[in-house]
Amino acid sequence: MRVLRVLVALSVLQLLGACAPLEPWVKPYEREHLADPIMALDRNPISSDYLDHVFGTREGAHGATGGAGGGCGCN
Amino acid sequence: MKLRIAGLAALLIALPVLANVDTNSVAPDFTLNAQGGKSVELTQFKGQVVMLNFWASWCGPCRQEMPLLDSIYKKYSKLGFTMIGVNVEPDSKAANDWLKQTPVSFPILYDTDSKVSKLYGVSGMPSTVIVDRKGTVRMIHHGYKPGDEEEYLSSIRSLMRE
Amino acid sequence: MTLRIAALLACTALGSLPGAAGVLPEDELDAMYHRYDGGGVVVQGPSVLIRKKIGDNFSVSYNYYTDMISSASIDVLLSASPYKETRVQHSASIEYLHNKTTYSATFIHSREPDYIANTSIFSLSQDMFGDLTTVTMSYSRGWDQVFRDIKLSDGAIVNDPTFAQRADHRTYGVGITQILTRNLILSLNYQALTDQGYLQSPYREVLYLDPTQPKGYGTASQVYPGTHTSNAAAVELKYYLPYRAALDGSYRYYTDTWGIVAHTLQLGYTQPWKHWIFDGSVRYYKQNAASFFSDLFPRADAQNFMARDRELAAFTSYTLGVGAAYDFQIPRVPWIQKNTLNLRYNHLMIDYSDYRNALLINPQAGVFAGEEPLYRLDANIIQLFYSLYF
Repeated sequence: MRVLRVLVALSVLQLLGACAPLEPWVKPYEREHLADPIMALDRNPISSDYLDHVFGTREGAHGATGGAGGGCGCN
Repeated sequence: MKLRIAGLAALLIALPVLANVDTNSVAPDFTLNAQGGKSVELTQFKGQVVMLNFWASWCGPCRQEMPLLDSIYKKYSKLGFTMIGVNVEPDSKAANDWLKQTPVSFPILYDTDSKVSKLYGVSGMPSTVIVDRKGTVRMIHHGYKPGDEEEYLSSIRSLMRE
Repeated sequence: MTLRIAALLACTALGSLPGAAGVLPEDELDAMYHRYDGGGVVVQGPSVLIRKKIGDNFSVSYNYYTDMISSASIDVLLSASPYKETRVQHSASIEYLHNKTTYSATFIHSREPDYIANTSIFSLSQDMFGDLTTVTMSYSRGWDQVFRDIKLSDGAIVNDPTFAQRADHRTYGVGITQILTRNLILSLNYQALTDQGYLQSPYREVLYLDPTQPKGYGTASQVYPGTHTSNAAAVELKYYLPYRAALDGSYRYYTDTWGIVAHTLQLGYTQPWKHWIFDGSVRYYKQNAASFFSDLFPRADAQNFMARDRELAAFTSYTLGVGAAYDFQIPRVPWIQKNTLNLRYNHLMIDYSDYRNALLINPQAGVFAGEEPLYRLDANIIQLFYSLYF
């Protein structure tokens, strides 16, 4: 009974094209700006690691300074 | 009654989303401008094996692949094969600047409004589509890693023998 | 002199977290000179990084980093004498890319006369949803050995043989980077950190009111809790401006079991121009004091836990930063793809709200303990580095 309800719900959503499956809205050929080096989340890891260290030794707060992703999305 | 609903639901879920370009489907026709403003249509290459390469100057693997594509073109262009580089950038300036530094001998077409990229469902950069003499898509390849050119060559050679 | 231990761990150590999605980092060689000068402390030294791809799937890197410390900080002047020492850190990292997943492992060994820290960091990064989403998970473990330097009668500095402590650290992190539009990236990060063992500096002391003493205060050893758990959550947005520039903003919320709540807000602007890339940034940081911190305790043994480390005080800090990078080619050397020369300058200003400059206590001149001026710190931070991509 529950399985039936889930199947119906999924097919309704499919028809609406709303949820599953959701298409990526930025296409691979539209990533020109994101691939620009100035849009890298961390352009100089050696420099930002050093600054994290400078602040971390003088402040009480630490952590949550990472960030991977963005870029050209190639391959 | 419940069984019928379940069956219909299952059928709807099984429907593929957007029918994209698949192997053994007809390669959609398009017309784009080449360098110099000349208009080029895909069907004018019917009878030849055509390799479409979707690329951008901002894409590292694309740039890496271009000289290899150029050597493939130089080797087979007189034997009924043509390479077409479809540049996907809305502004062609960066692409042309790069081509001045790293020229290629195969035709470059400019898909500035992305209509051909959408038509071919380009889902990775770079993307390569190989079309046979009859205009049927025979190979689709996404991305580029050193060594992929062997795959292209074996596909091209077998299609040229047909 | 020990530096804040947990900082070593939170530091992502030279790309130990994967950078761009779905591709291995470029081969590069970096040589950096770094210098911190402020509050009576000068810390300078080199940082050299080499990174190389091996085959199509692996990338390895090694970093050598040194801090040459010359310290006459307010803490040092209060209870000891100026000193010089060197901290050397080696890091080695390996990254493996398989389809859309990047795995990485990093090992760090840091050594100074009175502190040895070993850290291992493991992380996994997965691209999904048409490469619009990248999910990263990381775990790190740190093992520290804490010693205490004493000065012998002949002036030699050795480790106190009666003092050997340990500190252990663990962090768990998860992050999501989401491409929102062709011009906008969102990054969310969360990290939980736990520390246990000897978590304080063996040199610093607390002050307590004592009218029987000549300066009106007495000193005693700090007593820290043996455990510490923190949570940090950050959000960052980066936006591409149509005339080719980038704007980014980030906020981090930090809270821990020592009663510290901290806010970090940063805004940055990146402007390329011909072969140059210019950066500007403003960073605002505010924290309240740890629950067991006091600049001046009312009496000896006032609490179970007592600290006077200014890292645990209430303060506000501003940091202004500028940077310039210049890209150039070297002719006739085709295997070098790109060279960059980079200069970055940061000016750090810290205003303490409840930490006073105890060096200025002088009852004869009418400056009594607990009434001396609040401490302020200004520091200049310079980084000069050359990057070679091959």
